Amino acid sequence: AISSMGSRKRKKQNERSEASVQVSEFFVNAEGTGEKVNLSDLLGTVEKTSGASNKTKKQLRNLQSSKETLELPLNKQQTEKIQRGIAYEKTAAEVSCWRNIILQNQKAEQMVFPLNQESPGPKRVEQVVAGWKVQTPLEQEIFRLLHINSQPVDDPVLTPVEEQSLKAMSLEEAKIRRAELQKARALQSYYEAKAKREKKIKSKKYHKVQRKAKCKDFLKQFDEMVKTNPEGALEELKKMELSRMEERMSLKHQNSGKWAKSKAIMAKYDDSARKAMQEQLQMNKDLTQKIVVPSDDEHESNEEGLETIPDFVNDSEPVIDSVNPWMRGQLTHEEPEVSCVTTEDVQTAEEENEEEELVGEFERKRKLRQADEEDLIPTEEERKRAEDVVEVSDKEEEDDDDDDEEEEEEDVSEFNTLFRLMRSEKTLEGSNQTREGLNTPGQEDEEGLLNEGQIRVRNIEDLEVLGEFVDPQPIAEPSLPRTAAVEATSEPPYKKKREIDLKEVLTKEAKAVKVPFLPTVVDEEERDEQISIIKEAFAGDDVISDFIKDKSKLEAAGRPEVVDLTLPGWGEWGGVGLKPSRWKRKRFRIKTAPPPPRQDQKLPDVIISENRNASVASHQVSQLPFPFQNTAQFESSIRTPIGPTWNTQSVVKNMTKPKVITKMGAIIEPMCSGNQQGAITHANTNIKNNSTVYTWIPPATAKNIVFV
Amino acid sequence: MDSLICYLPKKVNIYEFDWLFLTQPPKRYWEETENTDQRRPEEEQGTAVQNQNKSTVKERSLKRKNGENLEKKDPFPGEAPIPHKQLQKFQRGEKYKVPAGARRRLKEAIISSEAMSELAQKQAARYDLLLPEDAGFLEGDEDEDTNTISQDDIADAVDITSGSKYFNLHLSQFGPYRLDYGRTGRHLLVGGKKGHVACIDWQSKDLMCEMNVMETVNDVKWLHTEAMFAVAQKRWLYIYDSKGLELHCVKKFNDVLRMQFLPYHFLLATASATGFLQYLDVSVGKEIAAVCTKMGRLDVMSQNPHNAVIHLGHPNGTVSLWSPNQKEPLVKMLCHRGAVRSLTVDKTGTYMVTSGLDRKLKVYDIRAFKPLHSCFLPAGASCLSLSQGGLLSAATGDIVQVYQNVLGSSPVSKPYMAHRLRGQIWGLAYCPFEDVLGIGHGEGFTSMIVPGAGEPNFDALDTNPFRSSKQRQEWEVKALLEKVQPELIGLDPGQLSKVDQASFEQRHKEQVEALGFDPLAKDKFKPKTKKKGRSSAGAIEKRKRKVAHEDQRDEIRQTVQERTERDKEQKEKSNEKKKLGNKSTLDRFRK
Repeated sequence: AISSMGSRKRKKQNERSEASVQVSEFFVNAEGTGEKVNLSDLLGTVEKTSGASNKTKKQLRNLQSSKETLELPLNKQQTEKIQRGIAYEKTAAEVSCWRNIILQNQKAEQMVFPLNQESPGPKRVEQVVAGWKVQTPLEQEIFRLLHINSQPVDDPVLTPVEEQSLKAMSLEEAKIRRAELQKARALQSYYEAKAKREKKIKSKKYHKVQRKAKCKDFLKQFDEMVKTNPEGALEELKKMELSRMEERMSLKHQNSGKWAKSKAIMAKYDDSARKAMQEQLQMNKDLTQKIVVPSDDEHESNEEGLETIPDFVNDSEPVIDSVNPWMRGQLTHEEPEVSCVTTEDVQTAEEENEEEELVGEFERKRKLRQADEEDLIPTEEERKRAEDVVEVSDKEEEDDDDDDEEEEEEDVSEFNTLFRLMRSEKTLEGSNQTREGLNTPGQEDEEGLLNEGQIRVRNIEDLEVLGEFVDPQPIAEPSLPRTAAVEATSEPPYKKKREIDLKEVLTKEAKAVKVPFLPTVVDEEERDEQISIIKEAFAGDDVISDFIKDKSKLEAAGRPEVVDLTLPGWGEWGGVGLKPSRWKRKRFRIKTAPPPPRQDQKLPDVIISENRNASVASHQVSQLPFPFQNTAQFESSIRTPIGPTWNTQSVVKNMTKPKVITKMGAIIEPMCSGNQQGAITHANTNIKNNSTVYTWIPPATAKNIVFV
Repeated sequence: MDSLICYLPKKVNIYEFDWLFLTQPPKRYWEETENTDQRRPEEEQGTAVQNQNKSTVKERSLKRKNGENLEKKDPFPGEAPIPHKQLQKFQRGEKYKVPAGARRRLKEAIISSEAMSELAQKQAARYDLLLPEDAGFLEGDEDEDTNTISQDDIADAVDITSGSKYFNLHLSQFGPYRLDYGRTGRHLLVGGKKGHVACIDWQSKDLMCEMNVMETVNDVKWLHTEAMFAVAQKRWLYIYDSKGLELHCVKKFNDVLRMQFLPYHFLLATASATGFLQYLDVSVGKEIAAVCTKMGRLDVMSQNPHNAVIHLGHPNGTVSLWSPNQKEPLVKMLCHRGAVRSLTVDKTGTYMVTSGLDRKLKVYDIRAFKPLHSCFLPAGASCLSLSQGGLLSAATGDIVQVYQNVLGSSPVSKPYMAHRLRGQIWGLAYCPFEDVLGIGHGEGFTSMIVPGAGEPNFDALDTNPFRSSKQRQEWEVKALLEKVQPELIGLDPGQLSKVDQASFEQRHKEQVEALGFDPLAKDKFKPKTKKKGRSSAGAIEKRKRKVAHEDQRDEIRQTVQERTERDKEQKEKSNEKKKLGNKSTLDRFRK
């Protein structure tokens, strides 16, 4: 303030207008000095002004009431650190778009630089033409002419006219085709007429029969489809599965609807109503049933339950076409037809509901009591039914008797039985036997015996179990191998030492060879003499015992020595005639682990040196190279030699091709995202068909653009 | 001579060539008129059987519909299938499957290597087509033994070139003769006991050189080419060139009795009367190894062509296997009760045939070192030789017998061929790639025709019988570049492709042995010299004392620590026990 006094311009002196405690030397109003300035002081008038919006007023009020203080800014180091972190993330994201390319380049068997080379040599006309534009008026003229006559410009293989003419048919062909078309049209019209006629028929029974026939037809078709068109069949199966799911989700056929409740009331008096309800439940059961193929372990437990479960359930599917993968999986029961039938059923059921709604209202009171009974009934019925199914599959199909019109649900169950029947018939031969076996376990065991020939009896319990079912004679037979096994196990101790006698090996009789003519040089007498001379010469040295001695010496040298560290006299009396105690000897004699058995352990007439061939070791790989996890992998990867001695020339070239090829004098542009010329190309060579695919990946799209 | 059928393989020079792929030019519209009428011959054949008019019309219409007439279809699309047998012939090891849960890099490595080896195998199998020659054989009439057919009969029956392969050289003065064929089978080297040495191009009967070294000749051997050969003379080993010029007298190699040349290692292995087995590298003229076998006089020697291991036969009936890298035999096997007279190994390195003074002929499987079978030869075999085709020839006195199927599992009962000579037989050798057995005997040399003896197909890049001198020179350079180091000789030739699984200590020990010092050893502590009288002898000693026995101190520290830990544990255990011991069963009812 004082400094400002020196300046030329002088400030205007303010006149004091108010009375105050403190008076400043600079004549400034100093009211409220030492107090903090409040927001309200500054904006007090805002409240009063009518022009300011309520919102801002509210905000200001909030601001005033809040007592939070602003935080101190971070110090420089920390802010820089944070900034660096953010910058790193940003750049990492930016750079990461190159990751794929780099990975691919690393993976590539061969890279040719500069990338995107144009193939040398002559080009096809079409290629040249494609990149060429009409410029001169002469060319324009020519091209206009070509266009007018619809001549090919780019791809001069065929003109459209020529193509058309090629496609055109001869007269006879055209006639044949026309006849075919006519026939097809006629057939179509016939079929349409028939369908119309049939649609008009009002008889329910007729439609029911039709539906049944359709079902049967479909089953046949499905079976064929399994053979011929597995994908179609699979789709059908999926539909079945879907219908099953729907059934499981919905409350349909669960006797919980209006109609069912009314029926439940009626059930006590009306036999048919009860039947209808049971049918409903059965339908639900059929629809939601899922066939479980038992695993091997569970087989025995399932055998008991087989009485209730139809036979084909346990059979793995009759594999018609072993190639079809889905044929091995498990098949569900339901057919797509089922679902459509059920929708119809529902409709009819609803109609019935309307009819019996009135009746139902009367009896609603007893509903609860009835419900308990109702739970019991279906289970019994179901069991019966399952037995029925088995019987049905055993014999031929017995036709259902004439039913009431309302029981249309029956169709579905019948359909299911049909389906089962078909499948069980197929596996009848196989399943029959097993079923018989199940009924009479002893019988089955006998069959098993006949088939297998021998039974392995592992322990006495097994034997006893066998004895229950089988006559005493078969017991004796299986026990034979057991005794044999015992003998076999007991035998080894007798011949534990050396399996082959060396002397036997060498003196084994040899077959004499017939010779067409005898040698003239060596006479008979001479030979005898020679033999005696040899005998004399080798009388002293026994070759065999020498060899054995040699070998045993080597074996002994290979054995580790026992280090004796006992000190006589320590901790006990020592002296002449006194031996260190047994405990001490045991404690201080250190035995090292025996070496692995010698290679020639089982070859009496061979000594194989156990020394390591250290000279090769310096040339060998001693550490497993990177991607490999064990030696077998690495050794198998280098098992094929790459030299021209063992390979054909083309293979050698392929095997030894360089990883990177550069062209002399050509500029290798850095990788960049913009232009294709200097951009990344990736060569991927397929060994099998000897073709190379070059890929260019602009990072922006991150999608491969392939040009071969 | 109608009874005799004699197949002698012809030799054809085979060059490898790549398959030609002809690329078809794009089809033009003006060409299609010719193509439509053109029908494939097999189609026409098929239609000829049926009613012709109808079928042709139908066919044409069908063709039109499918647009087949525009492009000819390949009746055999894709590559030609390769017979399984052929593929198996070129299989190298088992295919390795990618293990479940393998990492990406590993997967890639395995897959690419497998693809490569499969490609190599397939291509090799495809090229097998270029080896069309088959080995011939001798077939007698019914109840006619092939061994009664004389050489003259055979020579008469076959064509002139083949017939000329049976010949005798009457050299009665300086016999008996040792002999050796060159690797290509063109050149023959004979050396008489009394100093006569001659080399011949035996097919053209062109004498390359002939001389008398005026000394006992124990053995002769061709070196890597026909330009040089080694002669083991009375005292030293000599090397001559093909003109008979003495190139070297190797005095380090004395009293040599037998020699073997290892062609891929350029090693000349010699066995001497003093019991030394020596290796001479002929490419650099250096002795690679000298092994004292301590087995006495070494006059039975053979090489295993599969792994370049030298087999020696000894008077005590053993056969020992040697490599230049070990001072003791790799394997020693007892084969005969008497001395071993001769031995030979087949070209695959699977079988060894030995004969001994006990007049037995034994066949061994030398991969397992187990005898396969043995047979008794009335006169015993003094020389043995196995041909490329697997025929065994044995010299019994003055008769040469040739056996077929010796290497099978069953012993032979009678020879395939037999030939009587005038003198005692001294050397036997099959000529490579020819159906010829060379016999050196007291009265000279005999070349005998043995159908089926030679390998019918030769590798022109390795051993080309028809090579020119230029080709030979080129081959020599390449062979020298591809020379196998002697360190790689061992029982398992595939050892190099295996990972060395020896422990670090073992490897370190070997390194110390090889270098003569321990490269990882710590230096002794050397105190720094300090100034101002602080480097007096006493001060230095003091400073040394500070770091003395550092290793031992560490050890002691460690053991002490371990002991204290152990004690602690024991104490804790005993405390626990005490606690348990104090407790009675009734404690549980206590409150």
